Amino acid sequence: MPSIRVQIPYHLRTLAKVEGDVQLEVPGLVSIRAVLDALELRYPMLRGTIRDYSTGERRPFLRFFACREDLSLEPLDAPLPEAVAEGREPFLIIGAVAGG
Amino acid sequence: MSGVRVLAGTRKGAFVLTSDGKRRDWKVTGPFFAGWEIYHMKGSPVDSDRIYVSQTSGWFGQLLQRSDDGGKTWHQPGLPNEAIPPPGPPTALPNRFAYDTSAETGKPLTTHQWYDGTQHPWEFKRVWHLEPSLTDADTLYAGVEDAALFRSTDGGENWQELAGLRGHASGPKWSPGAGGMGLHTIILDPSNPERIFIAISSAGAFRTDDGGARWKPINRGLRSQYIPDPNAEVGHCVHHIAMHRARPGVLFMQKHWDVMRSDDAGDNWREVSGNLPTDFGFAIDVHAHEPETLYVVPIKSDSEHFPIDGALRVYRSRSGGEEWEPLTQGLPERNCYVNVLRDAMAVDTLDDCGIYFGTTGGQIYASADSGDSWAPIVRDLPAVLSVEVQTLR
Repeated sequence: MPSIRVQIPYHLRTLAKVEGDVQLEVPGLVSIRAVLDALELRYPMLRGTIRDYSTGERRPFLRFFACREDLSLEPLDAPLPEAVAEGREPFLIIGAVAGG
Repeated sequence: MSGVRVLAGTRKGAFVLTSDGKRRDWKVTGPFFAGWEIYHMKGSPVDSDRIYVSQTSGWFGQLLQRSDDGGKTWHQPGLPNEAIPPPGPPTALPNRFAYDTSAETGKPLTTHQWYDGTQHPWEFKRVWHLEPSLTDADTLYAGVEDAALFRSTDGGENWQELAGLRGHASGPKWSPGAGGMGLHTIILDPSNPERIFIAISSAGAFRTDDGGARWKPINRGLRSQYIPDPNAEVGHCVHHIAMHRARPGVLFMQKHWDVMRSDDAGDNWREVSGNLPTDFGFAIDVHAHEPETLYVVPIKSDSEHFPIDGALRVYRSRSGGEEWEPLTQGLPERNCYVNVLRDAMAVDTLDDCGIYFGTTGGQIYASADSGDSWAPIVRDLPAVLSVEVQTLR
């Protein structure tokens, strides 16, 4: 099973005490939900920070990208691009930029 | 050897400031949780090494942090750092604050009044205030926005709502102030473990006498010109309440406008603004050893959140209100346009009572002589949201 690479925002890397991309084993179909489930299983301190606890929805200031595509509004159980599933491209969780 | 530990929550992280009993030389550590908003942090009165922190972010939501070694290291309760979690469902969900919607526990409300008068669903946003138990280091309360009270009995690993508060018949009339509908004040009665006082902006103050099952509004005597019925049962924008441990039936309140006093545990209030130059403000606290000595920081108005004439002054009453004196020594006399927020004032319990407050300009001022003179501990922190003090003996 290839490792999935996940890039998470700075504050979540600090929270999870990781540097660089996170490497995850994702069993079965590699979807957004499966990646997030695996991420939260390995790093439980991230629970609730990407998906709202009460609604299960992606937090409004976060977006999901991969292979130069915005996947934020894709169905959570749709398969991610093959390059992500094979570990060649990262799955990106990106926060809105803060100005001012 | 005695000392103090000042816990400062700011817009961009937490800071811990320590000194010996003289309170002249300070060591500042932090920022912890850099870049996150720290609405509140508070130590357990049972175990001074135990400190709880509300860490929040517009991007990533609410987190709860805990230290078991006096602020040297931190972790989310139930989630030890570095450890790979065991397989199976998690047993600790320290940042999950789920409103109680079960029929068994009282059919809590699901809507409250929105700014435009319509009903609006209760939506969790953040933890405004953490109040550790007076008797058990693993028990603490959390006041949240949208207003509700939660309790943890396992050191913050899991939270349950005390839904009787939100389920009070007045709930549909509660509405947020401009800063949100936060439950910001929690006072545990040291003489009666079943009695808790809370306050909500802008619903008002409430009290339970049965450990949190049932609640009553305690707003009689409050008068608020900005609501349709100035004497309404709920709808008052209470900013903060303070109590002296030796006299739990006496409460002091900084309301939006008006400084108030109750001598019957909140059943009735009377105004004690007296000769204050303005009775708008946020913070209020009581001297550790003098139950009739209280402190406020007058703010010009609800439209101009800074001191009058740019002069930062604490006002002290030694008579339980009505008669106030300005405390100016060591505080800026001009060009000061900061605010002092509701949870940003605290006192220590050393023999010479220390008073502390933080400003939105990033200063934390301390007085080691009951307010007669002041000096900044630090000048350039991020905006200070909360200040708490632990007296270490």
